[in-house]
Amino acid sequence: MSKILVIAEHANGKLNVSTAKVVSCAQKIGGQIEVAVLAADGSAVAAEAAKLAGVARALQVDNAANANAIAAVLAPQIVELAKARAATHVLVAGSTFGKDLMPRVAALLGVPQVSDAMAVHGPNSFDRPTYAGNAITTVEVPGLVVATVRLASFAAVAHGTAGTVEKVAVAAKLPGHTRFVGIESHKSERPDLQSAGRVVSGGRAFGSAENFNILYALADKLGAGVGASRAAVDSGYVPNDMQVGQTGKIIAPELYMAIGISGAIQHLAGIKDARTIVAINKDPEAPIFEVADIGLVGDLFQVLPELTAKL
Amino acid sequence: MKALVSVKRVVDFNVRIQLKPDGSGVITDGVKHSMNPFDEIAMEEAVRLKEKGKVTEIVAVTIGGAKCEETLRTALAFGADRAIHVKEEGEVQPLTSARVLAALFKKETPGLFLFGKQAIDDDANQTGQMVAALLDLPQATFASKVELDGNKAQVTREIDAGLETLEVDLPAVVTTDLRLNEPRYLKLPDIMKAKKKPVESVTIAQLGVQAAPAIKTVKTSAPPTRSKGVMVKTVDELIAALKQKGLV
Ligand SMILES: Cc1cc2nc3c(=O)[nH]c(=O)nc-3n(C[C@H](O)[C@H](O)[C@H](O)COP(=O)(O)OP(=O)(O)OC[C@H]3O[C@@H](n4cnc5c(N)ncnc54)[C@H](O)[C@@H]3O)c2cc1C
Ligand SMILES: Nc1ncnc2c1ncn2[C@@H]1O[C@H](COP(=O)(O)O)[C@@H](O)[C@H]1O
Repeated sequence: MSKILVIAEHANGKLNVSTAKVVSCAQKIGGQIEVAVLAADGSAVAAEAAKLAGVARALQVDNAANANAIAAVLAPQIVELAKARAATHVLVAGSTFGKDLMPRVAALLGVPQVSDAMAVHGPNSFDRPTYAGNAITTVEVPGLVVATVRLASFAAVAHGTAGTVEKVAVAAKLPGHTRFVGIESHKSERPDLQSAGRVVSGGRAFGSAENFNILYALADKLGAGVGASRAAVDSGYVPNDMQVGQTGKIIAPELYMAIGISGAIQHLAGIKDARTIVAINKDPEAPIFEVADIGLVGDLFQVLPELTAKL
Repeated sequence: MKALVSVKRVVDFNVRIQLKPDGSGVITDGVKHSMNPFDEIAMEEAVRLKEKGKVTEIVAVTIGGAKCEETLRTALAFGADRAIHVKEEGEVQPLTSARVLAALFKKETPGLFLFGKQAIDDDANQTGQMVAALLDLPQATFASKVELDGNKAQVTREIDAGLETLEVDLPAVVTTDLRLNEPRYLKLPDIMKAKKKPVESVTIAQLGVQAAPAIKTVKTSAPPTRSKGVMVKTVDELIAALKQKGLV
């Protein structure tokens, strides 16, 4: 039977919803699922993690050094934990947290990593995207599976019968060569891009940070999260954490509206799993219309205010 | 201080790739290739650090077949002083690449090892982190700002929650994100000069590196295609279409 170790993603004493998506992937693999919570004090997060459907146990690894998620500090502990639990699988979210951390774990374990597992064919066989999602490869892993999970491909599991929480001590030598200095987050009341049911995104066409206000007005009317193309981020209209695409966030909302975005392959890579794509662009030849379920050719500066007013 | 920069030859980001009909992979013959865009950013950063006097020598490294020499020449045109070509015609997966690059690190002892955050062909996003693990070095991935200060560096990282800053002791591994810089446009004289710069070649065996266990690719297939949508002419029609789908 597989013994699956899921590494929890969390911040400020709260479990990130990404973890419930990774557990969903673990359920498809099948076997015993344990969720490891590495924190300074992980009691609240571990209690939450133990409630996720299919989770047998949350492993609470408390250490002052885990106050911030530093890959070089977390990785040796995860390696020890994987060995101690005789894990056959070590899984983590394909978020920046997991992407930073997991290759370090894999290398220490001497095994390759599957990046962005998007479908499970068997305990050792997965699909993963390459070339901005334009080529899906089916891969087979020779032994221990270390993988990041593509969040847009799995729905979060609900709460089930509560598993147990076990405090675990891990003896690993932790480096002091990497120190957390600070984090700058843009507080937003809007739904989180990666879990929002509706997302509206803006591109270079907006022309300024100020002009994004007409997009925020639409977002608020729809209760939507807000994303952006690389060009909008590079131009400084919006912060980096709003970038959607191959090298930004990959999302799967019910409704995605691409406004003033041309539809480069790198952008499309981030929205392929959206249920319905709406495109608003003044260029009828824009590639975004090739993937849009509903397209409207028009000037966003006219269309958006009208749309927001009429909704 | 020496900077090592790893550069990979990949299918150009503008190419719409085609799959081989037998499902054995992506057609790469006769397709335009370039330096991985994130590696261009890594090269640019190294050159800027050298221009600021923080870095004294830049060494570009690649692992791959004979054609990767082009990629090294590009790196030399950017401003690398010399290059190392680890010759291997077959597929090299990230953990094996990481072992090779870790071996080169030990030979070269740089203060900074720069990588792209991901190669846009395999989209793995692994190699830099793996090298850091094998050498027990600090890693600062997805960098949008790098400031060297003596034997330390402050690196700002693009993460899902915003921008995180880490302080790392040198030597360190840094992987680049899009906002770190805008790579320069290469000029003809630099491209000419690059032709005369030294490129050393070695093999994986000569470096004494053992290939890591490999992931087997069973098949490569196209993603599901989206069915053709409808075009609407007015905002009212758009709202009607959204209502019909139960989306508003
Ligand atoms: C390594 C690499 C990684 C990348 N990663 C990503 C990524 O993760 N995400 C991403 O998005 N991109 C990514 N890109 C960039 C990508 O290739 C495109 O350059 C980018 O997506 C373009 O952004 P855009 O559509 O906003 O801008 P443009 O391509 O300039 O398009 C603007 C669009 O707005 C339309 N328009 C202009 N004015 C109006 C108006 N008034 N009303 C309506 N429409 C208007 C135009 O017709 C045009 O279609 C990456 C590129 C590289 C090389
Ligand atoms: N074959 C290679 N030769 C040189 N550098 C490589 C190679 N493979 C990966 N890299 C480096 O590692 C980074 C991340 O690659 P990957 O882990 O494959 O996504 C790339 O941007 C390169 O800097």
